Amino acid sequence: MCTYATVRTAIDGSAKGPGSSWFHVTDGTVYFDHPVHALPEHTLNIDFADPARGPGARVAVELTAASARGLVAAIEAALESAPAELTA
Amino acid sequence: MGDSMTAQTIRIDGHGGDRIEAYLARPAEDTRRGGVVVIHHMPGYDRATKEIVRRFAELGYDAICPNLHWREAPGAAPDDAAATVRAAGGVPDERLVGDVGGAVACLRSLPSSNRRVGVIGYCSGGRQAVLAACNLDVDAVVDCYGAFVVGTPPEGFPLRVTNLVDQLPNLRAPLLGLFGNDDSHPSPEQVDELDEILTADDKPHEFHRYDDAGHAFFSVDRPAYRVAAANDGWERIAAFYETYLGG
Repeated sequence: MCTYATVRTAIDGSAKGPGSSWFHVTDGTVYFDHPVHALPEHTLNIDFADPARGPGARVAVELTAASARGLVAAIEAALESAPAELTA
Repeated sequence: MGDSMTAQTIRIDGHGGDRIEAYLARPAEDTRRGGVVVIHHMPGYDRATKEIVRRFAELGYDAICPNLHWREAPGAAPDDAAATVRAAGGVPDERLVGDVGGAVACLRSLPSSNRRVGVIGYCSGGRQAVLAACNLDVDAVVDCYGAFVVGTPPEGFPLRVTNLVDQLPNLRAPLLGLFGNDDSHPSPEQVDELDEILTADDKPHEFHRYDDAGHAFFSVDRPAYRVAAANDGWERIAAFYETYLGG
């Protein structure tokens, strides 16, 4: 199915994307729906993008639900492991 | 029927008079024929969709697919365009109807046109095909496993969609529905519900439901592809359009 579920969040960082060049990213879009490339019927998809630079300024990942949950846990663990004053 | 054709990217007048991109494939033979509007799925105006457009030309129809993502992402890769439109909230129903209406008008303006035009859509496009047929003068509509024609869409997300239950009384064309019994959206129960609504409203429709097939069983480049269902589905589509668009 097309879940239509889409969650957006403002982000501030950089991504290495098209042409192996780095660019600033401002928008994160997260959705669980059909992937373009990954083989499962549905995946957790994340777009890191800078819409101001056009549709091609995007780094996309398509993750299985289990690996996406693993990534969330890994991100949380990495943030927790750092001194609080660095991650505030 | 020959298999020679022309296929090209053109511009058509879409919703609000906007000039949008479309992919048009036409049989080379000098015949009078019907037309088919192909509505691309949410992942975009992609290679697989254009292959479907060419297949309809091979079947003897003038076929066109409007690029529903053109406004937000002209010239972008299909996946990037789809991501951009998704982040912006999706394709509004009103705009979809206008864009499909422009594609229908384009087909009817062709010198080869017999004035009969059908619409077909896959996945999200299945719902949009039904939406178009509830709002436009078309002669036949094919819904390939469109979710949320009935049923309750998710709430609270930026990408909003409604079901079409309140619009189904306005359905203006015979409907061919093709569904996988392993699909959850639309589920077999939702297909039953749609069947019951259309029967109660005395709307001509023909449903085919396939075992060992889930969502997107026509997608030749995905693991969801099911050859038996897809082959039978294509035969059903060809027969359906021959009935309502032929001559």
